[in-house]
Order: sequence, then structure tokens, then C-alpha cells
Amino acid sequence: MIRKKSGTSESLHVIGKNLPKVDAMAKVTGETLFADDLFLPRMLYAKALRSPHAHARIVSIDISRAESHPEVRGILLGKDLPTKYGILPVSQDEEAIAVDRVRYVGEMVAVVAATTEWAAEEASELIDVVYEPLESIMTVEEGLDEGKVQIHEYADHHNIHKMVCLEFGDVDAGFEEADHIREDVFFYEGNTHLALEQHAAVAHYRKDGKLTLWSSTQTPHYVHRALSKVLEMPASRIRVIATPNGGGFGGKTDPFGHEMAVSKLAMLTGRPVKFTLTREEVFYAHRGRHPVLMWARTGFASDGAITSMHFRTFLDGGGYGSYGVASTYYTGALQTVTYKVPHYRFEGVRVFTNKPPCGPKRGHGTPQPRFALEVQLDKAAEDLGICPISIRRDHLVEENTLTANYLRVTTCGLDECIDRVVEASGWREKKGKLPPGRGLGLACSSYLSGAGLPIYWNKMPHSGVQIKIDRGGGVAVFCGSTDVGQGSDSVLAYTVAEVLGVTLGDIQVFTADTDMTPVDLGSYSSRVTLMTGNAAIDAATKLRDLLFEVAAEELDCEPDELDAHDNRIFVCEDSDRGLDFIHVARKAEAKFGTLGSVGSYTPPPSAGRFRGAGVGPSPCYSYAACVMDLSVDPDTGQTTIHDIWLAYDCGTALNPVLVVGQVEGSVYMGLGEALMEEQIFRRGVHKIPSLLDYKSPTFKEMPPVHTLLVERWDPRGPFGAKEAGQGPLLPVPPAYVNALYDATGVRFDRVPVGPDLVLEGLERKRKGREPRVGPKGVPAVQWQPLDKVPLPSQNPEDEGV
Amino acid sequence: MLRLPPFRYLSPRSLEEAVSMLADHGPEAMLVAGGTDVYPKMRRRQFEPKVLVGLARVGSLREVRGTPTEGVSIGAGVTLTQLTRQAEIVTGYSGVVEGAEVISTPQLRNMGTIGGNLLVDTRCTYYDQTYQWRKSIDFCMKKEGSTCWVAPGSPRCLAVTSTDLAPVMMSLGARLRFVGPEGERVLDAADLYREDGIHYHTRQPGEILAEILLPSAEGWSSTYRKLRRREAFDFPLLGVAVGLRTGAGGEIEDVRIAIGGVGSAPQLIEEATEILCGKQPSEELIEKVASMAFRSSKALDNTDLIPIYRKKMAPVFVRRALRGLLGLSP
Repeated sequence: MIRKKSGTSESLHVIGKNLPKVDAMAKVTGETLFADDLFLPRMLYAKALRSPHAHARIVSIDISRAESHPEVRGILLGKDLPTKYGILPVSQDEEAIAVDRVRYVGEMVAVVAATTEWAAEEASELIDVVYEPLESIMTVEEGLDEGKVQIHEYADHHNIHKMVCLEFGDVDAGFEEADHIREDVFFYEGNTHLALEQHAAVAHYRKDGKLTLWSSTQTPHYVHRALSKVLEMPASRIRVIATPNGGGFGGKTDPFGHEMAVSKLAMLTGRPVKFTLTREEVFYAHRGRHPVLMWARTGFASDGAITSMHFRTFLDGGGYGSYGVASTYYTGALQTVTYKVPHYRFEGVRVFTNKPPCGPKRGHGTPQPRFALEVQLDKAAEDLGICPISIRRDHLVEENTLTANYLRVTTCGLDECIDRVVEASGWREKKGKLPPGRGLGLACSSYLSGAGLPIYWNKMPHSGVQIKIDRGGGVAVFCGSTDVGQGSDSVLAYTVAEVLGVTLGDIQVFTADTDMTPVDLGSYSSRVTLMTGNAAIDAATKLRDLLFEVAAEELDCEPDELDAHDNRIFVCEDSDRGLDFIHVARKAEAKFGTLGSVGSYTPPPSAGRFRGAGVGPSPCYSYAACVMDLSVDPDTGQTTIHDIWLAYDCGTALNPVLVVGQVEGSVYMGLGEALMEEQIFRRGVHKIPSLLDYKSPTFKEMPPVHTLLVERWDPRGPFGAKEAGQGPLLPVPPAYVNALYDATGVRFDRVPVGPDLVLEGLERKRKGREPRVGPKGVPAVQWQPLDKVPLPSQNPEDEGV
Repeated sequence: MLRLPPFRYLSPRSLEEAVSMLADHGPEAMLVAGGTDVYPKMRRRQFEPKVLVGLARVGSLREVRGTPTEGVSIGAGVTLTQLTRQAEIVTGYSGVVEGAEVISTPQLRNMGTIGGNLLVDTRCTYYDQTYQWRKSIDFCMKKEGSTCWVAPGSPRCLAVTSTDLAPVMMSLGARLRFVGPEGERVLDAADLYREDGIHYHTRQPGEILAEILLPSAEGWSSTYRKLRRREAFDFPLLGVAVGLRTGAGGEIEDVRIAIGGVGSAPQLIEEATEILCGKQPSEELIEKVASMAFRSSKALDNTDLIPIYRKKMAPVFVRRALRGLLGLSP
């Protein structure tokens, strides 16, 4: 374990400092090679022919005209890669290229490799496909209609991909105890990640039978597994290298058909093949935020304490499974980790529709229910005549407890987060005294610091790190983790630098290469800082022990009297007594042989034993509180956001400036979802698949963001760190509509809310109609019998697991 | 990535040379100035020229002559950025500056030209899409198809006019000088446009817009207000331009109000001129004119934000533009 360096910041030299990212110079000078920057000799370019139908059977495909194009070198059809795959073991429903059926407009039907990108596009249009169009399912309501066509042969029921029905405790009894019960319906529109870098992949098949794939992926390990399955090749012959990602946000966490296609084409043609998606194709690759319709019934005591909660979610899943089963559970998982919820019932349903598949986007499945919960709390506070602060602040979960649904909360700095934003925003002075059309809104949230369970069942570590020290004093760190811009390479460097006491410049980080680096599961669920950080500390500490043993001999002291900093190992109490790092490293190599170590991290076991208990547990949870101040123009409905305050409990901020960057980026993305972003369809087709027409905020819409860090040290995190990559997005949409209500007296039970909807709300209010804009109701569903799970307090066997 | 199809690029050094190149290549050729709209449209194969006649090196198109008192002529190749900085324009024609500075982004304004903006293609969410996307809706009548998907019963294309500067020019009473194989002609800005998403202008195929002629600014003030989702990038969802001349006693001597971004052509609200001319401005008159703007804006589901919202914004924007010029509180 780390001596002297746990729990205090005084002795830390790297952790907690505002340092540059290790890849910053390469990024800003254009040195970084993204996947599309790779050019190999004799490389071919691939382009796809895509389905013009939302749902159709492929009757026949004739490639003869395309084959005769002089620049074409290979054509791939679904039948060439028929093995199905999918990110989750329970949803192996995707084909690299559609075999005999297409399930959304934009699905790949053929892929052509040619000597130029333009020729590949030209030739792809020479492929003649005969389709038999089928009825298409474009809404959840249509998907629930058993009289309609079935999109997949497998499902929980007809087009219901997944249904979850869980009860913890006795919800009915909890409602009996309530003084006030609210029932509300909410809608959160789907949206996409909009990473600036479009997905790209390059494959090279060597004559010795080894395949290398470079891809802009967040999960090289899962791509490795899927490639092995689909290509029917041993994984040992395949090397996947994740190139630096120009943003991911969850959009690059699935294995994709274009990755399979370039691999197979490289094998068939004997030439390297590159495929860079167009922006439009990225909208079809999607895996973004599920549109979710929600119904929430919550019982409150007169002081605002929640006595019982019943939550229903309806997810519009798109054409394939992707992470959808996990997404469905996530829409019901984290309602319990902010405020005490003694009894909890969750029913969720994910429906297949003929649209690009939805999946994980920053906050995966949790921003939608968080929106509903935070808006409902705002309403309940008003009903009960208590302030929006106390209804939250007075009923927070306690630290080191299990929630009703068996999530272990270790540390929770939400109390301090709320206090900080209330203070900084001047809430108490301003609230209720603002001029007409101006309002303040508050919302809170929580997120995982890494999923407690892997995507496929296994007992191996979630993250592994190897370190090697060379005779020149260089330290090489190897880890499968993937930097998607969040700074995970830097976290590896910072933790190793801190433990070994070497300068950042002496560390070289090698990541995301399945041949060279030990497995890390990937950049998703905000897991990397916590898991690779812990694995790196584990590996570095083992090396440090060797170095300290050697140094102690020479300095004539005990190893635990030593510390290391700035390439020196020295006696803590007498820092003049010390040795150069290189000197000690060489002596250690002479004594122990080649210097290297491995470290790994596996999350603590989760407490729940019920079906579905795998989604939601995390080593620890981050917390956020947000206040938004805005004005509404009564004539145009246009809003101006003046300021956003966001207090964030990320545990220890390993590098505060990077945490602030994550908070600002999350606020920006959350504002996009709140104000304007919509992945929407018309006539079966994505309505606006371009950067111009899919509206996302620009710099000019970005208000000042005041980030307040609440560093609640968590014993499970590396140096006490939790997460910062996703959680800060969650409170932004509900804070926005809560502020809109304060400004206008109109409830907006949906996002996004643009000026047109604001104006509609203002007009409704003016005309004396219900001052609310939102969905009217939820569809009827034949829910399965509930899986009833006793509360942890009634189940002493599970307590303390 | 989306790639540009192969094409030939010709680079004439004079207007005469450009006119003859255009004539030589007939319908296969297109003009390109800044290329901010032409090239993306070629990538999406909305435009499929085999030959581009580039105007970048025609020096005469970059000239600005005259003074606000006697009137200013602006070469069609003057960039949008230059428009916002040119002293003769900044001092006399604030509507032009306000119109130019809200077009797209700084980078595109550095490339885009006044002539390109005045003639920019009409837009529609069924049309401004890639070839494969358009194929999936069986194309639309503006390109390769036969139906207008905005209103499938419509006999004509309902794509929306998206030039910010057209209403400005109409509000200023600007005239446009074209040069073609048959010589020159000059027409009122208002006469350049047609209420048809496909044949949206009256420029003849061989003609090149050479100059924009602004009349004297003496006594005039002007403004432009644009509705869009974001403060950058976006084309207008509604654009209101007002040119106004008031007399010594504060009475309105002349006024022109033009609306863009709704309908296929920008339009002058001529009744507004009749109502306001010769009168002292009043709340009542402003409201009367504003309500006319509501009636004459025909917003359809062809761009961002719901049509009824855009229609409702027309009177708000007209009211605010007029009040701004009259120095009244908004």
C-alpha cells in the first residue's frame, strides 16, 4: 500500500497539481496521428452502400457492374461475414454488413474497396440491390403493438427487447406512509455524441497471417473479442490498436461493422484498407442517448422525505441491441444514490425500432431518469411549501450505507456540493426576487466511478498495468486503457510519477494496444481513472518497494523511512540524505534482474444477488449540484443563460485543471441536450444528419461556468479519486427546466426545450391552459410479475458483503 | 469522408474572360466565388458541374467605389468580412454590416462573397442532404425527383430563400449590374428573386453578377434582424431588413421592409410603405405593420424550428427592427 501518501495532500508532488496533459503538445501542434491520418503503402479506401429503407428484406444483390469498375479491388457483402456479434453477450444480434434484412436507413449493405475514396463511392452505387420493403416501426407505441411486424426473431416479447420489473421493499406500504404523492410523465429526446472525429479504421493483414486493426475506438479489448468471433480467427492472430480518439463520449464503445469490413477486405485484397465514416454515417453508427418516456410516482412525507418511489421507463432502442439491456437497467439504477429512497419499484422496457441503434452516451441511461427525478422534486417542494434546497439537502443518503437496490455508497459530498452552489450563486439572496422572466434552477445528480462488473462474465482484473524501468532512468508504463481526450494517459503518468518519485518527462505511456498492453476494459462507465489508477499504483508500488530496499541498504535506514520525489530517493526526516533515481534503479537491476512489475485492479464484489444486480454497482459514486441562472424573452421564447454554477464531488482531483475541463465539457454537452439536440426521424429517415442541421450549441451559446470542486476523499479511489468524465452532465438539463419554471411559471417536462416550445408554454399560460409542455401519458404495457427483492436491512446475510 | 467529384477549374482574369468561359461550357459549367456553398453541395452531389469558372482572380469584382452621399457600388466578389469593415459601408449602410456579420462563421465570411450570398441556393431539409440520403426518400423535385416532400401536393418546389443580404438590398433599394454575352443589364434587387424553390432567381445562365449599386444613404438608416437557433453557422429562419428615412419633424418620409428566410423568395412588404410614409411613427402604426409581416410570412417545414413559430416571429422582428431605427424602447 501507499505509505504516507494516502489521505493527505501535503506530501503529494504530482497528484492534485494543475499539470499539462501528457499528450497536450502533440494535440495542439497537430502531431497526433488519428486513425484517418494513417497512410500505409498500397492502401485501399473503403466505402459502404447503405440501405435506403428503414426496414426491408434483401431479395438480391448484383455486384457485377461494380466489379467491373477499373479501380475496384474488393467488394464485401453480408454473406462474407455472417457471424453475429454485439457488445453484450445477451444481444449478439448485429451483422458486420446486413445479410438478408436491413433494420434502419443507413445500415451497411455492401462495402467496396478501391484505389481512391471517390472511386469506392462511385462503384458502391453500381451495386444493384433488390429490396422487399417491410412495415417499419418508428415509435415506442408502434413497437408495443403486437399486431405489427417483428424486427428481430429474439426478444423478451415481440418487439420488446428487454423488460425489467423489480421491487425493493414494499412500495405500496411506502405510499401508505406518504403525506403527498406525485405522479408525473416526462420525455427526454434522443441525441447523439457528436465527437468531432468521425470513426475511422485501418486494417493491415501481414503475410504471416497476422491482422492489425487501428481504429478510433474506446474499447479495443471488446473490438478484439468481436473481431476474433466474426473473422473466425484466433484472437492471438489479431492486434487491435486504439488510435487517439478525437472524442468518443460513448459513441465508439461498440464493435462496428466498418472495423470488421476493413479487416476482411485487407485479408481478401492483401492490401491495407481504410474506412473513414462521413459525418452522416456517424449519425447512423449512433449508439447515442435513448429517447426515454418516463412515468414517476413518488410519495413524500411532509418534510420532503421520499417514502416510496415507483418508476417506469420506455426506451426507444433502435434497430439493434447494443448496450440496450444495460441501458434499460441504468434508467432504473441510480435514482437511489442521492436521496434516501426506502422502497423502490422499477419497471422498464426497451423497444426495437427501425432507427440506428441507441446505446451509451455520457451518463449512459441515467440522465433521463435523473431529469425526471429532479424536476419532480422541484414540483414536490412547491406542493409541500418547502424550498428546493431542503427537499434535497435534508434527505441525502448517508455515507457507507447500502441503498434499497443494494448499491454501496462509500463517500457522498453532495451536502457540500449543494452548499457551495447555493452560496456561490447567491441563491438565498436572489431566489424569488428576480425580475419577471428571470429564474434560478437547482438540480443534483450522481454517477458511477466505473461499472462494478465487466461486460462479459469473468473473474479477471478490469484493468492491468505493466511498468518497466530502463537503465537510463526512463519509466515505461503499459496499459490497455484508451485516451478519448479525458486524460487517461495522463492519469497513468501522474500516478506512476507520484509513487516512484520520477518527473513526468521521464515517463512514457503506451496504451490501448492488445499485443503490447495488458487488458483494460475500455473507456466507458467513467471507470478508467479509478481502475487504471489503482492498477498503476499497484504496479508502481511493487517497483518502489524494490528500489527502496536497495536505497535503504545504501543509506543505512529502513525502507519505510524513505520518500521519492524529483528523481531522488531520500530519507524523509533528513532529505539531504538521498540518492539519484538512476543510481538506485541500476543497483536494483543488478540485485534483482530486469526491473518490471505488473499491477491490476478488480472492483469489490457488489452487494446485490438478484437478477439485474450487475448494473449500477460501482466502487464509489461522484456527486454534483448545479444552479442555473437564465432569462426568457417573453416575445420570442429565446433564453439567455447568464451563469452556471456546478459543484462536483469527484473525490480527489488528480489534476484539477483536467477535472474543470471535464465539468465544462459536460455542462456544454448537457446544455446541448437541454436546449436543442435531437436525433429525430421523418419518413423513416434521420431528419438532420449533418453538423449544420443537427443543432448543437456553439461557443456563443456557452455561458460562464463556475466549477467548484468538492474533493471528498474516497478510500476506494487512487489517491482518493472518483470520476469526473460523465457525472457533471446530469444535473444540467433538469437545472435548466427548473430555472425555466422559475422564470416563466411554466413546467417543461421534456428536453430539449427550444424557443418554440418556450413560446408555446408561455402562450398556454397566457390563455389559462395548464402551464405545462410535455408528454401526455405513457403507453399501456403488460408488465411481468415483479421480482421482489427484500431490502438490505431485512437481509442481514447480504449486509457488509 | 465525403469527397469532391472530379471537375475542371478555370481561372479567368477578367469579367469578359469569365463570361466567355461560361458561354463555352454551357450547362456543364457553374460559377464559383468563395465556394462556401458550391463545394459542400458538390460533395453531396446537389451540384454536378463538370467545369467551375472561378471568380477569385477577377480583380474588378473586388472593388468598392463611391461614397455614402452619392451612393456606393460594391463588386460582387467583395468578401463578407470586407463588407463589415469597409469604411464607405460601415458609415452609411448599417443594414449591410448587420446582415453580413451574422452570416455563418468568421472563416466562411472570409471566403464568402456578397454576390455569392445574394445568389445562394434555396435550402430545404429534404434537399440539403447527401446523394444516398436523398435516394432514401426517392429524391425531391429540386433534384432528380418529382415530389416536393414539404407539401407533396405542391406543384412547385418550396425550398426556402436563405440569403441574409437579399432583404437588406431590397430594403435599401439596391440595384444589381449583370454582365453577360449580350452585354449588361441593371435590375432592382427585388426583381432578382422568384417565388420558386428551383428557379429562384432571374439571372440568365450566361450572366455574371458584377456589381451591387447602393443608392445614396443620405437621410437613411437601416438595420437587419435575423432569427436562427444559434449565434453562428446558421442560415436565417427569418430575416427582417428595414431601410428608413425620417424627415426633420420626425415623420417617416420613406421606408422599405423586406423579409427573408420564409418562402422561396425574399419579399418587400409594400403595404407597410404605404401605411407608414408621410406619417409620424406611432405604436398603433408599428403594430399594424407588424401584423402584416405575420400575414405575409409563409413559413413551412423546410428548415429548423417549427413553421408556426417562425411565422409568429415575423411581427416581433419587424416591430423590434422599426423601433430600433426609430429610437424607441424595444
